[in-house]
Amino acid sequence: MALKIVKGSIDRMFDKNLQDLVRGIRNHKEDEAKYISTCIDEIKQELKQDNIAVKANAVCKLTYLQMLGYDVSWAAFNIVEVMSSSKFTYKRIGYLAASQCFHESTDVIMLTTNQIRKDLSSPNQYDTGVALTGLSCFVTPDLARDLANDIMTLMSHTKPYIRKKAVLIMYKVFLKYPESLRPAFPRLKEKLEDPDPGVQSAAVNVICELARRNPKNYLSLAPLFFKLMTSSTNNWVLIKIIKLFGALTPLEPRLCHSTSQMSFLFFLSPWLSPSSLSTSNSTSAMSLLYECVNTVILCVQKLRILIEDSDQNLKYLGLLAMSKILKTHPKSVQSHKDLILQCLDDKDESIRLRALDLLYGMVSKKNLMEIVKKLMLHVDKAEGTTYRDELLTKIIDICSQSNYQYITNFEWYISILVELTRLEGTRHGHLIASQMLDVAIRVKAIREFAVAQMATLLDNAHLLTGNTQRNGICEVLYAAAWICGEFSEHLENPMQTLEAMLRPKVATLPGHIQAVYVQNAAKLFATVLRSQEGNTDRTAAQETSQLMIDRLPLFVQSANLEVQERASCILQLVKYIQKLQQKDVEVAEEVNALFAGELNPVAPKAQKKVPVPEGLDLDAWINEPPSESESEDEKPRTMFTREETKHSRPRHTEVDEKELAKRREVRKQEQASNPFYIKSSPSSQKVYQEAPGVDHIPVVQIDLSVPLKVPGLPMSDQYVKLEEERRQKDRADKKKKEKKKRKEKGGRRGKRDSGPESEEDITPAHMVDIVTEEIPLADSEKLPVRSHRSSEALKTMAEEVEVVAPQEAKKKGGKEKKEKKKDKEKDRKVSNGLVNSPSVCYSLRLSHIHQTISDAPTCSLASPPPFRQVCDIQGNLQDGSQVVVSLIFENKCDSFLKAMEFNVLDSLNSRLQRPDGAGPHDGLTVPFQLPPGVSNEARFVFTVKSIVMPQKLKGTLAFIVKNEDSSTHEKLDFKLHFTCTSYLITTPCYSDAFAKLLESGDLKASSVKLEGVVMPFPHLLARICFHHHFSVVERIDSCASMYSRSIQGHHVCLLVKTVSITVSIDAKCDEPSLLSNVLDEIKLTFSQC
Amino acid sequence: MRFMLLFSRQGKLRLQKWYTATAERDKKKMVRELMQVVLARKPKMCSFLEWRDLKIVYKRYASLYFCCAVEEQDNELITLEVIHRFVELLDKYFGSVCELDIIFNFEKAYFILDEFLMGGEIQDTSKKSVLKAIEQADLLQEVSVLEPHLASLVSNFKDVNKLTTVVVLTVL
Repeated sequence: MALKIVKGSIDRMFDKNLQDLVRGIRNHKEDEAKYISTCIDEIKQELKQDNIAVKANAVCKLTYLQMLGYDVSWAAFNIVEVMSSSKFTYKRIGYLAASQCFHESTDVIMLTTNQIRKDLSSPNQYDTGVALTGLSCFVTPDLARDLANDIMTLMSHTKPYIRKKAVLIMYKVFLKYPESLRPAFPRLKEKLEDPDPGVQSAAVNVICELARRNPKNYLSLAPLFFKLMTSSTNNWVLIKIIKLFGALTPLEPRLCHSTSQMSFLFFLSPWLSPSSLSTSNSTSAMSLLYECVNTVILCVQKLRILIEDSDQNLKYLGLLAMSKILKTHPKSVQSHKDLILQCLDDKDESIRLRALDLLYGMVSKKNLMEIVKKLMLHVDKAEGTTYRDELLTKIIDICSQSNYQYITNFEWYISILVELTRLEGTRHGHLIASQMLDVAIRVKAIREFAVAQMATLLDNAHLLTGNTQRNGICEVLYAAAWICGEFSEHLENPMQTLEAMLRPKVATLPGHIQAVYVQNAAKLFATVLRSQEGNTDRTAAQETSQLMIDRLPLFVQSANLEVQERASCILQLVKYIQKLQQKDVEVAEEVNALFAGELNPVAPKAQKKVPVPEGLDLDAWINEPPSESESEDEKPRTMFTREETKHSRPRHTEVDEKELAKRREVRKQEQASNPFYIKSSPSSQKVYQEAPGVDHIPVVQIDLSVPLKVPGLPMSDQYVKLEEERRQKDRADKKKKEKKKRKEKGGRRGKRDSGPESEEDITPAHMVDIVTEEIPLADSEKLPVRSHRSSEALKTMAEEVEVVAPQEAKKKGGKEKKEKKKDKEKDRKVSNGLVNSPSVCYSLRLSHIHQTISDAPTCSLASPPPFRQVCDIQGNLQDGSQVVVSLIFENKCDSFLKAMEFNVLDSLNSRLQRPDGAGPHDGLTVPFQLPPGVSNEARFVFTVKSIVMPQKLKGTLAFIVKNEDSSTHEKLDFKLHFTCTSYLITTPCYSDAFAKLLESGDLKASSVKLEGVVMPFPHLLARICFHHHFSVVERIDSCASMYSRSIQGHHVCLLVKTVSITVSIDAKCDEPSLLSNVLDEIKLTFSQC
Repeated sequence: MRFMLLFSRQGKLRLQKWYTATAERDKKKMVRELMQVVLARKPKMCSFLEWRDLKIVYKRYASLYFCCAVEEQDNELITLEVIHRFVELLDKYFGSVCELDIIFNFEKAYFILDEFLMGGEIQDTSKKSVLKAIEQADLLQEVSVLEPHLASLVSNFKDVNKLTTVVVLTVL
C-alpha cells in the first residue's frame, strides 16, 4: 500500500520528465516550435499543482527550454517557490533555474532575500553552497547590501567548501555594493594564508581582480604575494599573482624586476611541469632567470620559439606578445622580420592578421620595398576578398604611415598603387584613389610619372570597370582623371587621354566620377588647344573642339545633376570657343586662363599663421541662425531642393529643358537679321506687358552678405554667364551652409567636409623625400587643396587691399591686370569646385574683396593717415530702397585704433539705418578695433528714396588713437558718393526678352559718344560690365547689347558700338534721369583711362 | 570570464553560463554570432579569436565546442586549461562523456560547472574535490527525494544509502 504511494508519486513526478522532454524535442525536429508550445502548456498546468516535486520538474524543464531560447520569465515566481523548498533536490533545481533566468531587473528577486539568508545559514553545507552558487549569478546591489554580512561570516566557516565559495562570491558583492569592501578586507587578506589551497587560490583570485581595478590600495600586499608566489606550486595561482604584480608595477618601480622575472615564468609556465617550476622558484635558479629576462631581446627570442612552434595557439600568442613588445622595443622585433613574413603564409587567418599588424610597425626605409613586395605576392594569391582587402589596406597603411616617412622612391609607390588597381572586387578603391591624389599633389617631382601612369589607367579604364557597379575599384578613375586634368601639362599625348576620357563607356561610371571626367576633360581640352594653336594648322584645334562638342552631349543627358550641370556648362563654353576659332581668333590662352594657377601643398599650421582680424568673431552668426531642420541636413541634395524652392522652379531638369529651348531661340535670333534693330510695334507692346517677357528675365538674387558681381568676361557669352550665375548661386548657398557648419562646429578653423572625402591638414611634401613636419599626419591623409585655397585666398586679399590706394584712379593699367587676375581666380574656382566644394567659400570672399577694390574709384575717399577707407556701395535687390555700403577700414599708422564711430549726415533722400531707438544724428559704432596694419570691413545700410540721381553724403568717423602712453580722439571727414551705378544690379537677360523690352516702346532713349577710347572691344565691354553692373546680352563683332536693372526695377538697355577709337552708346531706360546719370558715369569711367 | 558556451557542430546550444548579467536578447544575439564565427573556423586554426572587446577561447571535443569569453587581460592558455579541466570533470562524472550525456543531464552538467567555476573564477583547481562535492550533493538529492516515503516503509533498514540505490534502480 505504502509502496503504491511511493510509486504513484514517483510516477507522477516522472510523468514527463526532462529526459522525455529532450527526447520529444529530438523526435519533433520538423515541428519543434509547435511541440514546445504544447510542452509549455503542460508545464503551466504542472506549475499550478501544489506538489512541489511536480513543480520542480516543470521548472527543470523550463530551464532547458530557456537554454533553447524560449522566454520563461513568466515563471519567475514559480522558480522562487521551488528555490524555497526545504528539500535539497528541489532547492538545487530552483537555484539552477534562477541562476540561468534571473537578472538584475527580475523583480521577484526581492522576495528571495530572506530565503537566501536562511539557506546561507543552513546546517547543510550543500544548501549553503547551492545558495552561494546561485547568488553569484544573480546578485543585485540590494541583495549584496542585505547579505554582505552573512557572506562575510561564511568566509570563516569551518568547512573549506563553504569558505572558498564565500570568498569568491565576495568579489561579486564588492562590485555590487562597494561599501562592503572595507569591513570585509581584513578577513579576505587572512584567507590568503588559509590552510586549504582552494580557499587560498580563491582569495588570490579575488584580490587580483580587485587590484586590477585599483592597484594602489594593494601595494602593501606585495610582500605577502611574493611569499605566496615562491611557495605555491599551483600554476593557476601563480598566473594570477603575476597578473597582480603586473598591475602593481607601474606604481612601484622596485617591483619591476621581480615582475619581469615572473612574467618570464609566465611565458614558460605552459611548458614547465609543476615540479620544474617549483625548483626554479625555490632555488637560486631565480637569479639566473632574472638575468635572462632582464633583456627584452631574450624575451623576443623566447617568443620566436613560440612562433616557430607547430602549435597554432602558441604561434598566435607569440605574435600577440610580439606586437606588445613592438610598441616599446621596435628594434628588437625588427630582426625577426623573416619569421613574421613566414607567418603570412599560415593557413590560419587570425595568425596572418596578427603578422600583418606586426609588419606595420616593423618597416623601415630599408626594408619597406621588400616587405611590400612580399605583401603584393600575398595579395595575388590571397583567397577571399576580406583578407585581400585587409592586405590592401595594410599595404597602404604601411606605406603612408607617418607621412610617407619610409618611402624613398615615389615612382615605386605610384606603381604599387597602380598595381593594386588590378585587384578585382575590392572595396577600397577610394583608398587607392586618395593616395594617388595625395602623392601627386604633394610630391611635385613625381607628377610627370604619375600623370603618365594615370593616363595609362584612363586608357585601360575598361579593365577597371569590367563588371561595374559593385566594383569599388573604379574609384581609382576619379583620381586618375583628376590628376591627368590638373597636371595635364605633363601629359605626353593629351589628345589621346582626352579621347579616353570622353568615351561613351564613361557614362556607365558612378556620377561623381563622371563629373570629374567632364571637368577634367575641359582642363585637358585647354591644354590640347594650347599645343595645337602653336601649330600653323588650325584645323587640328577645331577638330578637338568638335570632338568635345560631339561627346559632351552624352553627359549633358546624364541623370546625375552634377555631371549634367558641368557638361552643359562646358559644352556651351566649347561651342563658343569653336565659334571664335572659326573666326581665327586665338583662344588657347584665354581657355587656359580658366584653369590657371598651381596647386601647392600647404603646411598644416599655415592657417594658424593668418591672424584673425580684430573684432571678427568667427563664432558669431552673420545671418540669423537657420531653423533646426535646415541646418541638420546639409547634403548636396537638399541644397538643390532649397534652391529650387527659392526660385520656385518645379524641377531642375525642367529648367534645363527650358533653357535649352531658350538657347534654341537665341540661335534663331542670331541667324536673323540685325538683333539690334529696334522695332516698336504697338502690338508687341501689349505682349511685353502681359506676357512673361519681363518676368522671363531671370533675376538673380544675390544675397547681400555675398556681393558677387560678374564682370563681362571678354570671352564668355551669355550662356556661360547664365551657367556661371547659377553656379555662383549654388556657391552662395553653399557658402552660407559652410558658414553655418563652421559655426556649428564652433572652431575658428572648423573642418569642412562636404564632399565624399573628408579633410585633414596636410604637411608640405615638396620633394620626393618628404620633409616631415613635427606633427605626424593622421593615417587617412587628404588633399591639401582646401587649406591651400584658404591661405591663397587670404594672401590675395591682403595683397589686393594693399594695392588699393587713393591714386587708384590713375593706375588704370594696373587695374586692368588685376581685373584679369580676378577673372582667372574666379574661373579657377569654377574648375576646382569639383575637387573641393569648400573652396567656394573662399572664392566668395575673394570676389567680394575684388568688388570693393574695383568700386573704389567711385567713392570719394578721404584718406589722410592714419586711415584709409575703401568703400563699395551696392543696392539691395530684395528691398528697392536699400543700399548697402561696405567699408574696409585699414589702419596705416602704428597706433591702435578703437572706439570707432561712423556717422553720416542724412539727406532728404538717403539716410543711414540706425538701430531702433537711436536718434537721427547718432553715430554707429564700428564693431571692431584695428591694431596697426590691420584692415577690416564693416557694412552700413542706407535707405534711399529716389535712385535716379547720384548723391553725396557727408560723414565723419570718430575714433580713438591709442599709443603706448597716450590716447587721443581723432576725427575723419569723408564723403560717400552714391552713384547711379551703385543702384544697378547685374542681371542677365536673354536676347529675346531683351528684344521685346526694346520693342515695347516705353523706354526713353538717350545716347553718348566717347572719343579716344583705345582699348579692345571686349575689354571695353568688360569695363562697363564690371564698373556699371551690366551684363552682355549679345555681342556681334564690334557691337554689343547690354542690360542691367536697378534695385527699383528700372530696365537699362545699352547698345554699344565701336568704330576705331570712337565708342557710341545708345541707351534706353524707363527713367530718363537715371539713364543720363548712368551714362555720365560711364563717360567718366572712360575719361579716366 | 564573461561566459561559457557549449554548442554542437550543428549550431545547437547545449549549455550556457553567463557570469555577468546580460539581457536575454543580447545573449541570443551574441550566441548566434559567436557560433557562426567559431563554426566557420577550420580545425587547424588556433583556438583564439578577438571578438568585439572580448577574447574568445574555444576548443572542440568530438562534436562539441567549448567556448569561453574572457577579458582583454586574461590569459588565453589558462582559459584553455579551464576548458580542458571541465571536460575532464565531465568525463570523470559521466564516464567517457558524450554529447547525449550533456543533453539529457544538462542540469548535472550545470552542477559540475558550478562546483568548478563560480562567478567566472576558478573555484577549485582540484578535480578530486570538485567531484567529491558533486557526489555528496547528488547523494543528498537522492536521499531527500525518497526519504519521506521510505522512512515509514522500511524503518528497520539501517543503511539508507543502499536502499535508495535499490529503489532507484527498480524505478528506472
